[in-house]
Amino acid sequence: MIDDKESVGLVETKYFEFAKDSPLELECGRTLGPITLAYETYGGLSPAKDNAILVLHALSGDAHAAGYSSADEEKPSGWWDNMIGPGKGLDTNKYFIICSNIIGGCKGSTGPSSIDPATGKQYGLTFPVVTIPDMVKAQKMLIDHLGIDRLLCVIGGSMGGMQVLQWVISYPEMVRLAIPIATTARLSPQAIAFDEVGRAAIMGDPGWMGGDYYGKANPERGLSIARMIGHITYLSDKSMHQKFARKLQDKIEYDYDFVTDFQVESYLRYKGESFVKRFDANSYLYISKAMDYFDLAQGYDSLKDTFEGITAKFLVISFSSDWLFPPYQSKEIVSALRQNNTEAVYTEIHSDYGHDAFLLEVEQLTRLISNFLMHGQRKT
Amino acid sequence: MTAMEPIKFEEDGTVVNLAPEHKVIIDLVEEGSRVMDLGCGDGDLLKALKVLKHVRAEGIDLSEEAIQGCVEKGLFNVHHGNLDEGLADYPDKSVDYVILTNTIQVLHHPMDLVKEMARVGKKCIISFPNFGFWRVRFQLAFGGRLPKSPRLPYEWYDTPNIRLVTIPDFEDLCRAANLRILREIPMRTLSNGQYRVAKILPNLFADAAIFMVEG
Repeated sequence: MIDDKESVGLVETKYFEFAKDSPLELECGRTLGPITLAYETYGGLSPAKDNAILVLHALSGDAHAAGYSSADEEKPSGWWDNMIGPGKGLDTNKYFIICSNIIGGCKGSTGPSSIDPATGKQYGLTFPVVTIPDMVKAQKMLIDHLGIDRLLCVIGGSMGGMQVLQWVISYPEMVRLAIPIATTARLSPQAIAFDEVGRAAIMGDPGWMGGDYYGKANPERGLSIARMIGHITYLSDKSMHQKFARKLQDKIEYDYDFVTDFQVESYLRYKGESFVKRFDANSYLYISKAMDYFDLAQGYDSLKDTFEGITAKFLVISFSSDWLFPPYQSKEIVSALRQNNTEAVYTEIHSDYGHDAFLLEVEQLTRLISNFLMHGQRKT
Repeated sequence: MTAMEPIKFEEDGTVVNLAPEHKVIIDLVEEGSRVMDLGCGDGDLLKALKVLKHVRAEGIDLSEEAIQGCVEKGLFNVHHGNLDEGLADYPDKSVDYVILTNTIQVLHHPMDLVKEMARVGKKCIISFPNFGFWRVRFQLAFGGRLPKSPRLPYEWYDTPNIRLVTIPDFEDLCRAANLRILREIPMRTLSNGQYRVAKILPNLFADAAIFMVEG
């Protein structure tokens, strides 16, 4: 029995199926259907249905954002449990929180590891390439299904922040408040470069077999290397010094071999190895590609034009040591918003945690977000 | 610092603390205008202007804590950053009032910022502690030491005030920057925290001054 007053408790993942008869049209020109979206909700929807907050997850996230997924867990397993719950930044006593797994993912929503009804086999690389706008389009179907006309807020960090921005552009009338965190309006060449190295590691793994490895083994070597690279980009030089320094792992002197000497090596290996148990290699390819393609201003003359006529109010947050999505990229968003006279708070939270800060700087985020939501709900 | 007077706004329970010059500035600002406060701090002046004068309130501050304070007051147009970078996004004469209170004396390049303020703002309101105030002069002249006062409370070696300025000195800057002085309010702060306009020998008897200028 779970007795944890600070959490939303035991939660259940639900599944929404749609696009059975008329498949979803994707940006790449292809279609996808039927589609399943895995989602969870926390808190209660108000009678006026005006307190719904959509939480959007990052690359490796899923629908399980808060609480316990099984009664056996010793602590909450939701990926953003420190922000979502009674009295927390996203207060489930006040707000109705929704989080769904993206399409292309591997945590219950339709992705490359799902069965293609046309063939009876996993999609693999026959799965169409999906983009951030496609993910948002699918989420919109879920929000419609839940009977919500207008979201109080869309919020997310990293790739979740990209979806926040896309929501505002794709469905401007449906978003009252937008909180993009540690994100960008267009992926930088540096970030694309890291993604490409991750994909090269997966696709270079002999076990990947052109993406057709289902029923055999996940290409673990390649996927774990991709994850190791990812983790380097989520930390900072300073946080690595603080966390690992040059400390050795379970030894007092060098071994002069190629096993594991340093704690930082051990950390990355552990992160890589645990990731392959819970993530599909093809999903990694598709999702990283979706991020690479993300450019909010595509089809517009400028980022300023992209935000023309937007009425949502923004809270844009960056972190000082984030070098994957550096503060200047958030400032570009804010600058474009200000040029349109869109109400926007910008803050750069001082943190040594690097990109990971968006999951770790709980105190500062909680204060900012809870005040923004409280005033924003009254204003809009 | 001079005495602050707290005001509570019933609409959302926000409490703001206003310095005497804030009240003068609130009187100067026209109803329903667009205001940008450079170095807005916790947003006390902006919030007061928003509630009392229904302005569109925008602010910039270098401190993360200040932005938190502003969001706590429901101010949604606040930018965390350097004063000059915050103005770059604004077209010429796009803001009715650009305000700089008690900050010009800490700037490395005050002339550049004042010119940028005059570009963006139809009017600029600038307040500063007056270094020509008689107590200040007295301390230097007869004490032989750099002055300290409630408005200039720091030691010379840790003061952020690197551009000490008197009322005529500021008038010189306005001339050099081609700014027209619309209002000049020399303030004499009383011991109870209230203020009077220093009419006689203002540069001697005012401990602070507020200028409204246009470019």
